[in-house]
Amino acid sequence: MTPDTPPRDLFQLWVYLSSTPLFGLAATLIAYVIGLRLQRAARGHPLANPVLLAISVLAIVLQLTGIAYPRYFEGAQFVHFLLGPATVAFAVPLVTQLPTLVRLRWPLLVALAAGGIASGATAVLVAWLLGASDVTILSLVPKSITAPIAMGISEQIGGVPTLTAVFCIFTGILGASLSGALLTRLGIHDRVVRGFALGNAAHGIGAAQAFQEDTEAGAFAGLALALHGLIGAVAIPATVLLFRR
Amino acid sequence: MPEALAILLLFQLAGDALARVTGLPVPGPVLGFALLFLVLLARRDRLGRLPDAASGLHSHLSLLFVPAGTGVLLYLPALAREWVPIVAAVVTSTLVGLVVTALVARALMRRVTPLPPGTASIAPGMDIARDEATA
Repeated sequence: MTPDTPPRDLFQLWVYLSSTPLFGLAATLIAYVIGLRLQRAARGHPLANPVLLAISVLAIVLQLTGIAYPRYFEGAQFVHFLLGPATVAFAVPLVTQLPTLVRLRWPLLVALAAGGIASGATAVLVAWLLGASDVTILSLVPKSITAPIAMGISEQIGGVPTLTAVFCIFTGILGASLSGALLTRLGIHDRVVRGFALGNAAHGIGAAQAFQEDTEAGAFAGLALALHGLIGAVAIPATVLLFRR
Repeated sequence: MPEALAILLLFQLAGDALARVTGLPVPGPVLGFALLFLVLLARRDRLGRLPDAASGLHSHLSLLFVPAGTGVLLYLPALAREWVPIVAAVVTSTLVGLVVTALVARALMRRVTPLPPGTASIAPGMDIARDEATA
């Protein structure tokens, strides 16, 4: 047996293991743990985002092993599935924050609309100025909304839903990575405002970041992403229709 | 804990059914969130184990985005063609969204009368102390 060729049964073992759902599930968790360790090692540097790091680790592993994404997802779907109950569970911290929510309903609603319109308009303007295609521009419009809703909107207005999902995740990682330093520099320390801005601009991944800061910030991030999703699902298709006339 | 998880899944199911029936372009879990919120408003003194289940799911929320995020691999060729406008648009609009939301919320919140003592979930003085600790 030469060192270059692995023993046959070891190879068969790998063929078996890489085809079970266990592989995708284990790889997802291990990649995430590596992401968390690296974040800690980098002392919470903004670019050391655990989601970004875990995705990079998995991308390299899948490229090297030649495992196709659908096969990986057979196992990873068990993690992905929990997004559903986690979204429903946003209602719980929100109810426990009810006095604050009732008191701040108008400032929050106006901020939601202002932030949503500003980010959507900026995306369209910048992409258009730099010569992006119409399909790309339309796919960019709902990118600050939580991915499942954004994909539905994208389809309605003539974008490509899967491309929109990629933009959503990019937006989420970017918002989560940069928000801390940016908001602190602007002198915004109120946890309600920080969480709400994160949820409004960077949806679920922003909310995940907000929950790491504080439960109160997380609750308002959850509120922002849910409201932005519900309102955006109606307002964005209506606005695009208006511009087309 | 099983009760809490069953409740969450039940509301997700109800949301899915509602989305199907009404044809709304909103996913089931988001409607489930809205339904659960309305129901919990009526019984917020009796949340049972729901807060534990919720904080369990939310403490590592970012993990749940990893499988979908890895799907980016499938779209790298499409992204490569227009990467300059895409990166520029996503970066500027995300930062603008964050800043505008935060500044507008802060400006308007200053006009709102503060809560009378005792009704806030956290005492007002503590906000400042904790912000300084995290800054």
